[in-house]
Amino acid sequence: MTDTAQTPEQDERVKEISSFRKALIRPELGGICGTVIVFLFFAIFAGNSGMFNSQGVLNWSTVSAQFMIIAVGACLLMIAGEFDLSVGSMIGFAGMMIAIFSVSLGWPVWLAIILAFLICMSIGALNGYIVIKTGLPSFIVTLAFLFILRGFTIFIPQQLENRTIIGGIADAAEGDWLAPLFGGQVGGWFFEFLGERGLIEVFERGTRAGEPVVDGIPMLIIWALVLVAFGHFLLTRTQFGNWIFAAGGDAEAARNSGVPVNAVKIKMFIMTAFCATVFATCQVMEFGSAAADRGILKEFEAIIAVVIGGALLTGGYGSVIGAALGALIFGVVQQGLFFTGVESSLFRVFLGVILLLAVILNTYIRRLITGER
Amino acid sequence: MTSEHAPIIEMRNIEKHFGSVIALAGVSVDVFPGECHCLLGDNGAGKSTFIKTMSGVHKPTAGEIMFEGKPMHFADPRDAISAGIATVHQHLAMIPLMSVSRNFFMGNEPVKKVGPLKLFDHDYANNVTMEEMRKMGINLRGPDQAVGTLSGGERQTVAIARAVHFGAKVLILDEPTSALGVRQTANVLATIDKVRKQGIAVVFITHNVRHALAVGDRFTVLNRGKTLGTAQRGQITPEELQDMMAGGQEMVALEGSLGGTV
Repeated sequence: MTDTAQTPEQDERVKEISSFRKALIRPELGGICGTVIVFLFFAIFAGNSGMFNSQGVLNWSTVSAQFMIIAVGACLLMIAGEFDLSVGSMIGFAGMMIAIFSVSLGWPVWLAIILAFLICMSIGALNGYIVIKTGLPSFIVTLAFLFILRGFTIFIPQQLENRTIIGGIADAAEGDWLAPLFGGQVGGWFFEFLGERGLIEVFERGTRAGEPVVDGIPMLIIWALVLVAFGHFLLTRTQFGNWIFAAGGDAEAARNSGVPVNAVKIKMFIMTAFCATVFATCQVMEFGSAAADRGILKEFEAIIAVVIGGALLTGGYGSVIGAALGALIFGVVQQGLFFTGVESSLFRVFLGVILLLAVILNTYIRRLITGER
Repeated sequence: MTSEHAPIIEMRNIEKHFGSVIALAGVSVDVFPGECHCLLGDNGAGKSTFIKTMSGVHKPTAGEIMFEGKPMHFADPRDAISAGIATVHQHLAMIPLMSVSRNFFMGNEPVKKVGPLKLFDHDYANNVTMEEMRKMGINLRGPDQAVGTLSGGERQTVAIARAVHFGAKVLILDEPTSALGVRQTANVLATIDKVRKQGIAVVFITHNVRHALAVGDRFTVLNRGKTLGTAQRGQITPEELQDMMAGGQEMVALEGSLGGTV
C-alpha cells in the first residue's frame, strides 16, 4: 500500500477565517447579544422610569445577582454533563435549617450557617453519588430530591414550631461574626461620598435626611461576582476545568484518558449545593426569616440562564461568563417590566422569546465552532 | 527479527469471566518493542475484553501479565497509562466539543504553578499540540480548533500522536480503521508505521485482514475466547487468516459466492 499521506501545506478545504469573525464566534455570543438587546429595549421604554438611577440599578443588580449565584453552580454542573433539579428545594431547605438551628434551637447563627452548608453540601454529594452509582439520569435522581427536600422543609418547622415561616433571624444574627458575610453591605463610605458630592440621590426628609438612598452594595452581589470569577477561572484556566469539560463531553473517553470523571461530577454536585446555600443564606439574612416556599422554580431559572449563556444541555460545552449574562438578562427583564409598568405576565412572554432567540443563535454558533452536524 | 529482544509485554493464559460468561479462556500473547502485533478476530471473539485487560480496565480472573519482565497488577487504567500502556479507542478517543489542544492533554494537563494555584499551561499545550500535529502531517487552523471539525482519520492520528507524546511503550489501537474511508485508512496505517519505527510496540486490533497485512509483523487470531495461534509475516496467507477468524467453516462457502472479495 503506497503512502498517500502527502498532506499539502495548506488544506484547500479549510477556509481562512477572518480575525473579526473569530472574535465574534464564541460561546457567549448569544448571551452578549441578548444583553445588548435587553438593555437597548429598556433604555428606550423605561429610560425615564428610574430604572437606571442608583436605586433602580441596585434593584435589578440584586435580582440578577441572585440568579447568577445559582447559575454558576448549574453551569459548571451542566458542562460536567449533569443536572440538578433540587436547587430550588435546596434553597428552601437550607434557609429553613438556618432558621431552625438559630431560632428554634437557639444556637449561634454562625454555627447554624456552617451546619446548613455542611448538610446541604452532603446532600449534593449524595445526589452525585446516587447518579454515579446507579447510572440513572441526574434529571430523575435530583427530581426525587426536589420533592424530598421540599417535603422536609415543610414538615420539620411544622413539627417543631407548628408553622412554616420562622422569623426572628435578624435579632438572632445581631453581633454575629459570620452573618454579615451574607446579609451585610460593603462600600457604604463610597456611596456616602457620592451622596455628598450630589452624584447620587440622597433622602430629602425623614430621620435619614442627607444619607444616600443607596447605602452600600449588598453582599449578595459580591458573592455573585466572586462566584462568577471563580467559576470562569476554574473552568478555563485550571486542570480541573479541563476535566469538567471532558467529563461532560464524553465520560467514557475522559475515563479512558485517566480523568477521574466520578469525582469531578460529585464535586460539581457539591458546588451546586454550595451555590444554592449561599443564595439561601443571603436571602434569610436579608429577610430575617425563612419560609417553606422559598426557592420554588429556581432550578429552572438557573438552567434557563445557563442555556441562554450558551451551554449545551447535554454537557461538555458552555461558559460561566455566558451563564452570568443569562442571569443578568433574566434579572433585568423581570425587574424592567416592573419599571415600564407593563403587565407582569408579559415577563414570561418576553423571557420565552429571549430564551428561544438566544438558544437558536447559540446552536448556530456552536455548530460553527465544533463542527457538529 | 525480534529474537534478541525480550518482549515488553507478555500476557500468559489470561482468563476473564463475567459471571457465568467466559469471555477469555486462556489467551497468551507477547509483544516486542518496535513490532506491530495484529490481533484479529470476529465480533465477540474477545478482542475487546483482552485489550481491556491489557490496559488495566479489567482485572484478569486468572493468568499473568508480565510488563518489562516483571509481573504487573494494574488497579485501573491510570496505572497502565503511567506504566506506558496507552490505548486508542475506536470511537472513544477524542471529545469532539473540545479543542485539539485540550483533547491532546486531557488527563495529562501541563500545570503551571502560580503561588498555591495549579493553572493549565495553555501556551505550552498549544505549542506542543501544533508541533506534534505538524510532525504527523496534519495542518491545524489553530490549537483551539475543535476536534469535531477533524475527519475520522485525523482524530485517530491525533489520538496516536498524543499517546506517543506521553511516552507510550505499548500502543493499543482498538479498530482504528474500521469506520474510515480508504484514504483516511492509508493515513492511519502510515502513522502506525511511523510509530513502530520509533521502537514502540503496537497492538493493532482489527477484523480487516488487509489492513492487518499492510502493517503487521505478527498476527494472532482470537476465536471464542481462545488463541488460534500466532503467525509471522510471510508465513500466512490472507485466506488462511480470514478462515481462522471466521472459524473456518461457513467462510469457505461464502467466499466462493463472493469471489474472494471479503
